[in-house]
Amino acid sequence: MATPLSQCIIKLHEEQHNLEDYQGGVPRWCSGCGDNAILAAVQRLCRDENLAPERTVFVSGIGCSSRFPHYMKTYGFHGIHGRAFPIAEGVKMARPDLHVFVNTGDGDCCSIGAAHWIHALRYNMNLTVILHDNHVYGLTKKQASPTSPAGLKSNTTPRGSVLEALNPLTVTLGVQNVSFVAQAVDWIPELMYDIVSRAFHHRGFSFIRVIQRCPEFLPKMFEPWLHDPGKTLLLTHPNGLQPSLDLGRIYKNQRQHDPLDIHRAREIASEEDPIPVGILYQNPEVPCYEDLRGAGKPRTTEGVRRGLEAEFDKFTIWPEDEGRSRAA
Amino acid sequence: MSETAQLDRTQNRAGGAAPASQKPAVTLHEHIVEVISDSGEGAQRCGQSLAAIAARSGNGIWTVEIIPAEIQPPARSVAGASGIRIRIGDQAVTNGGDETDLAVAFNEQVLLGRVRAGELKPGATILLENAWRDSRDPAIVKSFGDTVEALGKSGFRVIEIPLERECRALMTDARRGKNMFVLGMLLSIYSFDLQLGRDQVALTFGKKDRSVIETNVKLLEAGYAWGEANLDFKYRIPATKSAVPQVVTNGNTAIALGVLASGMDICAMYPITPATSASHYLSDCFEKVGGMVHQAEDEIAACAFAIGASYAGRCAVTITSGPGYSLKQEGIGLAVMAEIPLVVVNVQRGGPSTGQPTKVEQGDLLTAIYGSHGDAPKVVMAVSGIEDCFYSMITARKIAESFNMVVVVLSDASLATAQAPFPRPQFREDWLAPPVDQSPLPEGAKPYDWDSLTGIARRFSPGQPGGMHTVTGLAHDRNSKVAYDPSINEEGLRARSLKLAAFQKTLRTPPVFGDPEGDLLVVGWGSTKGVIEESVGRLRAEGLKVSSLHIRFIQPLPSGIGEILRRFRKVVTVEGTWGDHLEDKLIDENNRRYTPLAMMLRARYLVDVDCWSEARGQPIKPGNVVKALRARLDEGK
Repeated sequence: MATPLSQCIIKLHEEQHNLEDYQGGVPRWCSGCGDNAILAAVQRLCRDENLAPERTVFVSGIGCSSRFPHYMKTYGFHGIHGRAFPIAEGVKMARPDLHVFVNTGDGDCCSIGAAHWIHALRYNMNLTVILHDNHVYGLTKKQASPTSPAGLKSNTTPRGSVLEALNPLTVTLGVQNVSFVAQAVDWIPELMYDIVSRAFHHRGFSFIRVIQRCPEFLPKMFEPWLHDPGKTLLLTHPNGLQPSLDLGRIYKNQRQHDPLDIHRAREIASEEDPIPVGILYQNPEVPCYEDLRGAGKPRTTEGVRRGLEAEFDKFTIWPEDEGRSRAA
Repeated sequence: MSETAQLDRTQNRAGGAAPASQKPAVTLHEHIVEVISDSGEGAQRCGQSLAAIAARSGNGIWTVEIIPAEIQPPARSVAGASGIRIRIGDQAVTNGGDETDLAVAFNEQVLLGRVRAGELKPGATILLENAWRDSRDPAIVKSFGDTVEALGKSGFRVIEIPLERECRALMTDARRGKNMFVLGMLLSIYSFDLQLGRDQVALTFGKKDRSVIETNVKLLEAGYAWGEANLDFKYRIPATKSAVPQVVTNGNTAIALGVLASGMDICAMYPITPATSASHYLSDCFEKVGGMVHQAEDEIAACAFAIGASYAGRCAVTITSGPGYSLKQEGIGLAVMAEIPLVVVNVQRGGPSTGQPTKVEQGDLLTAIYGSHGDAPKVVMAVSGIEDCFYSMITARKIAESFNMVVVVLSDASLATAQAPFPRPQFREDWLAPPVDQSPLPEGAKPYDWDSLTGIARRFSPGQPGGMHTVTGLAHDRNSKVAYDPSINEEGLRARSLKLAAFQKTLRTPPVFGDPEGDLLVVGWGSTKGVIEESVGRLRAEGLKVSSLHIRFIQPLPSGIGEILRRFRKVVTVEGTWGDHLEDKLIDENNRRYTPLAMMLRARYLVDVDCWSEARGQPIKPGNVVKALRARLDEGK
């Protein structure tokens, strides 16, 4: 069969990708859903970083958030509820050369997948993780999630939920080996992009919690924050984000915070109003599990054969003559 | 007390013959010996060493570990027996056999546990540590005396041995040296070469200090000398040295070696008994060839991690036991739906729930075949011996990757720890997986382009240009797009089911052991192969028309089995799990729960297959099978 000429040309420079190269199916999210804002930021990131679509994998669990891979034109793995982390870890361990992203929701990550979340932080594999936190179960139609505020009336809590909300930031910052924690809100796209970009460039488990709106089930939840920029606290620092002048003029409530300071980060994490936005913590020194475990080492048939023969030797009984000649 | 006085007393108690100065060794076809102690006294190491020496001498061996469920059960307790049974034969040995001929016990309580469980042959010889006679605790002295007397009255030949006293002469902590002293004594009893014993000690303690090896060699020699000087019996089991190199491992090590040889790179697991020792061994050797064992945070994560790794290009394995296997079910369903190759090993144990973690049972067959949810076709194969543990892993990886399917390999607790030799495998390059396909895909290539005949589609791996798509556990079309169309749902179901049929066409009919027709056919699967064939062999030697059939692939079943079943007057399965007994008042043909394989065979072939089973946590004894088969043969005569 003839080989197309285009495949014979040696590529002298990398192919440049456009936004369309990353746009998969038309999103089926509700209009006004925060997931759309995340998708826009991530597609822009892929284009700006010129990620080869075939070398990029988005892994997700189940829920509204986890439809995300279907809307990318990269490789994707829409897994099962709560298990996006271990699936992504397997992908990364087998193929550390791939760019692996994880999209998970507040039910997926903080409830059914909570055990995996804690341990994923501990493994610190080089994954870019986005927690789409809309504080409610959307796909199953309005049940309270672990991050739902106390008192939320939902189909499973008709008289108001009785438990305080779980705070994903304080949880992550309490886990050994945490290396990158940031918070974004869906209504400030510029910062969302900056944070996603910083997370992508961090080598390790970059955890972004995105506070996002659910126009269907919690339409009014974040209205006070949308109307009053003072209710958003921008975390700025030369080691963190440095928002544009335009943005600074709107969001005047700013605080210098060095992301290397985990103690301050923990304090900020527990502040909920105003909502802190920016990089809470980054430690580039935490080793990645895949590096510690030697992922991606070349493997040869000869190497396997030699290894196997050496193992057999440990258990082998040789016929007498051969045994003697070996001993000698 | 002098040694002579000691022996005299023994003989008075047990009524043994006078010691012969020149002991002529009695030649035997086979013997079953067991060494039992409290946990931590090294009985297992002693027995494993004896087995290795016997194998090195050219004898057939099979070991059965006696494992208490607790790590540190109370000392001197009936339930705390820890040890090992070794069946030594003049031919190849395929199972643990019947009851013990010779037992060495470090205290009378662990011995009582074994006697009460009916594990000792009537009249068996017992070598019993007698330091307890001199205990400061009068209760122990009494218990010991009473037990020895009672055992003697029951017909056992009890010989008291001064283990502790002899060992204390050689090391300060006599409790830790008894096992090598006993090993020396057993070498004398079975006329093994003492030098092989010295070599074995050097091998066993190879990583330790020289002085440790020297002390243990001294203990070994002392035990040997004591046996030569004081015991009035000696055995010899003729041996034939193999012309080819033999590998002696247990089943779990063989599974790990098989993983290594299969070309798989990643094993994801979570600790669970009795599967974990396979991962222990693999953790030690896998990285040397570029592989890795990932100890995940739980069984679910282990399965998902393996699925992720497999999806990324190389088939991965997850190794577990019953409860862990249950936890993996949702992940297995995902792998089935997304057609991601995956090898799942289930080293079965007693169940349900926590059940009997250290004991054998074959209770997971139906859950392996029908587990997960919805229609989730997968391949289920069962290993039937140690050698099979090795080769099955290579086969499983190949099936998984050829058909993009989940392959479940069933082993069990008896094979996990049983040791037996098999010919050293000759490495073949085609055992290994080919490199991950990273070639560009032609325009319009579909990730689920199901072949209309076989249901098989070419798998795309991340990194392949042009193949970008999102795999999903949702029903999907050939482009991996979420499908809501009813006919597309059926198309996917059909393709995944057809793959099983396509694989089935590659299977050969399993061979019948014995004549191709007769009065009774015994059908089995998994670890019972050796026991069943030995039992059938015994009956055939009497001229009875019994044959057996052992099934390796249970889902799908190979062709030709129905024809075999119909050539026999009666068919019965022998399985190590529960099946209702017709003797129970409430049980009749309307409610009898047949054992899993019997149920499968009845459903598929419409043959009236009967079942016989045992779920006692012990490997089934050929004697019990012979008795059961004889009864089946006698019925309706």
